[in-house]
Amino acid sequence: MNWLSDKAIARLRSASAEPDFAGTRYRLIERIASGGMGSVYLAEDATLGRSVAIKILDVPDSSGELAARLQREAHILASLEHPGIVPVHDAGTLADGRVFYAMKFVEGERLDRFSERESTLPGRLRIFQRICDTVAFAHTRGVLHRDLKPENIMTGPFGEVLVMDWGIAKILRANRIATPAEMPREQPRDDSGTLAAVLSLAPLETAHGAVLGTPGYMAPEQARGDVERLDERADIYSLGAILQFLIAARAHGTQTTPRVLTAIARKAMDADPAGRYASASELGQDIARYVDGLPVLAYPENVLQKVGRWGARYRLAIVLVLTYLVLRALLIFWFRR
Amino acid sequence: MNKVTYGLILGGILGIFDGLTSWFTPAVRPQLMGIVLGSTFKGLLAGVLIGIFARKVHSRGLGVLFGLGVGLLFAFFIAYMQRNYYVQIMVPGGLVGLIVGYATQKYGDSSTASASRT
Repeated sequence: MNWLSDKAIARLRSASAEPDFAGTRYRLIERIASGGMGSVYLAEDATLGRSVAIKILDVPDSSGELAARLQREAHILASLEHPGIVPVHDAGTLADGRVFYAMKFVEGERLDRFSERESTLPGRLRIFQRICDTVAFAHTRGVLHRDLKPENIMTGPFGEVLVMDWGIAKILRANRIATPAEMPREQPRDDSGTLAAVLSLAPLETAHGAVLGTPGYMAPEQARGDVERLDERADIYSLGAILQFLIAARAHGTQTTPRVLTAIARKAMDADPAGRYASASELGQDIARYVDGLPVLAYPENVLQKVGRWGARYRLAIVLVLTYLVLRALLIFWFRR
Repeated sequence: MNKVTYGLILGGILGIFDGLTSWFTPAVRPQLMGIVLGSTFKGLLAGVLIGIFARKVHSRGLGVLFGLGVGLLFAFFIAYMQRNYYVQIMVPGGLVGLIVGYATQKYGDSSTASASRT
């Protein structure tokens, strides 16, 4: 009797874990990422002839909490139409009971990897402003992300910035997102795994005391599991941590971190939610003010600092006026000779 | 700040200085106030024209040339009215135009123009 090699067993195990898309419009190409809840595969949509990313549970769990979370994530993504949020194309359940949803395949790299290449501060701040815009949009729709971190931000080759992984998002104001009852009647509702069927689930609530998020990027109240008191400011804390990551990654070089940016990150990450920015837009606007050489909310300036900032902002004009005055003085001297 | 505003402000500031330096010419010192007002107005007008040019033509060389030309032309009119001090008036006037031409090409936002067209 011949024993199977470890390699062969590993290959068999991997093949058995791969989802079977038989009977769907998708052809599996490769696994591109995996996380605590499931994996993301690159697949081809045979009907439309395009690449899609499919997020799917690692184990069949069509009626369990994980499935509900994945379905809820698809529901939230489908409700948030914004250039900074990856669009959902389809959702369903495989024959083996695994729940999945198909989304746009984003070709790019994660922010943590991108930041290793992008060395200019303005380039990083531009990306950060786009993240703030996207998060601000989600907040206006009553959705908290709750897991904002560089690994969950994708940057595309054409300047796209996409906030990913809304798996543990919290709906603050459920009325802002169409609930299944509010869905138009003409939406298909069947049991064969179509989008409408998969999304027709009540929003999942996270139990008080449950801690979801990533240490280092999680607001203190979120880390305490104070779920009921979480609001937009928890995401603002995470945005502050992302800003700190971006400026710290830059500081690994020879340049020093501007004090104003450190102050902005500190304000966003205040232990007391009341001390943070009131909204993601406000944080983004403070970054814009910093970029434009204007005073920011997070950093009160003294007179010397005001003069220094003014001088830096109008450096060229000052240099040109001084150049003119020097040349004019030379001309006067020359004419009077 | 858009290019026209940038040109206006820089042209005005340099115009004031341009007028004030006439204090060093004792013969015209009594007319200092009129000269300062005239050269400020000249600087503002030249700044606006150079700013409009910079908004339409994106070329540092052409911008500098246009600025120099406008500065010299305006200064020539002033010198012609006085029938004197051609070099003393035209050289600084040309210098103002040249500096404003360079500054409006390098700095200032031209997006206001495209936004107003849409």
